[in-house]
Amino acid sequence: MLTEYAFWFLTFVAIFSAMGMILSKNPVYSVLSLIVTFFAIAGHYFLLNAQFLAAVHIIVYAGAIMVLFLYVIMMLNLNKVDEEKRSIWSKAAAAASFGILLLVVSAAIGHGHAQSELQSVADTSAIGTTETLGLSLYKEFLIPFEISSVLFLAAMVGAVYLSKKEQYN
Amino acid sequence: MPIEILLFKLLLCGIIFVVSLGVAAYATWGERKFAAVLQDRVGPSRAGPFGLLQPIADGVKMFMKEEMLPNKSNKFLFILGPSLFMLTACMVSTVIPWGGDLTLGGVTYNLQITDINIGILYMFGVVSLGIYGIMIGGWASNNKYSLLGALRASSQMISYEIAMGLSIIALVMMTGTLSLREIVEQQNAGVSYVVYQPLGFLIFLICAFAETNRAPFDLAECETELVGGYHTEYSSMKLGLFLFAEYINMFISSAVMVSLYFGGYNFPFQTEIAEALGLSANGLTIIQTLIFFGKIVGFILFFMWVRWTLPRFRYDQLMSLGWKVLLPLALVNIFITGIVMWALGLIGNN
Repeated sequence: MLTEYAFWFLTFVAIFSAMGMILSKNPVYSVLSLIVTFFAIAGHYFLLNAQFLAAVHIIVYAGAIMVLFLYVIMMLNLNKVDEEKRSIWSKAAAAASFGILLLVVSAAIGHGHAQSELQSVADTSAIGTTETLGLSLYKEFLIPFEISSVLFLAAMVGAVYLSKKEQYN
Repeated sequence: MPIEILLFKLLLCGIIFVVSLGVAAYATWGERKFAAVLQDRVGPSRAGPFGLLQPIADGVKMFMKEEMLPNKSNKFLFILGPSLFMLTACMVSTVIPWGGDLTLGGVTYNLQITDINIGILYMFGVVSLGIYGIMIGGWASNNKYSLLGALRASSQMISYEIAMGLSIIALVMMTGTLSLREIVEQQNAGVSYVVYQPLGFLIFLICAFAETNRAPFDLAECETELVGGYHTEYSSMKLGLFLFAEYINMFISSAVMVSLYFGGYNFPFQTEIAEALGLSANGLTIIQTLIFFGKIVGFILFFMWVRWTLPRFRYDQLMSLGWKVLLPLALVNIFITGIVMWALGLIGNN
């Protein structure tokens, strides 16, 4: 019962802060409402017994990535006045492409997992613990895990190269 | 959860909050006395015996000062900044095991607010959120010096968080758990983890100095370069919250270091001593908690000793120490730990 209340509370917080992120004119408020959204989603992970995922979600997204976003916004000192005017066509194109993306994602979710399957995942209490996650990552999914870490390494090398380039010119 | 345990946890929350504030308040007094001793002065001596009422006088002064809001600042964020900083400073104390079990009237109470099995990750999550208080406060002041101070403080904290996390990974490899309570329990019979992880502890200690913005890494405050720091525009108790949260951070990070590397509330020969003195289980728990606080006070004194002994770094030295020395050392530490554990047959069997 308490879980259900928590679910609805977190859902409302997530949706309204996500809307606040899009609708607010001040970019700093956008970043702050996005952080609140991340917290609500981390709460959902907790309800699904995925504590490790919830903690990492907070550390990586709210703790690191959003700080960098906030850096950029504060350094550039973006204001309402500076916001560039976009044409009606680009707005329409953005809306259409995002609509299609939403359609694909929702179709994939609806297709991929039957309702009962989702239910059974939510019931097992050990599914999201650090131990289970680590064992399955390093035993079952070792090759995909290694490949994705190589991808991260490539991205890091690229970032270092881009930041170094200015010094030589 | 039975109602008496719930009430006990609520009471414990209150006690720990009050104790953190009290320790932080008297740490300001201790800091001034310590500096006075090192510089051959008397230090605060007027308010009460040995100046013991000085923190109360300081608190009253902070509350009585005029409240100033900069004219063109963002009011909401300006107030949110110090509040967030204080909140995150207090939040880590929920996962620290302050002592063993107390048995009162047949019910066993645990001297820890929550024993979540991702305690260390929770700690890192909260620490990484502490940056927002500084950044929001510095930006909302609408002052270039405050913004520069906030950027300095937050980039320093982000950089040292990485080395800190990696230094703990080597410890977690040995403990096999992320729960602080279990890590402390593992140290109750044998040796503290500082013996097995000396390099990891050293990296963690240096990072703790940087994370709490303490000297020699107190680059976020710099009168000569930045007028003040991220709190240049703050006055009255909002400034007080920023300064006070720093002392709470110092207290909490000392508690974390003691529980991770120095055996937490355990002390040598505790079972033998308890038997020799004929102590009950409750008595032992109380003594253990006192010992725990003794160790924490020792670490706080160490923080102060370093502050009044070492000169501060330059900002680029600070950054290159974090990224070019501590980060590779932490990686080497993980590597060595892994090899030793593999050679001893502790991992790689399954």
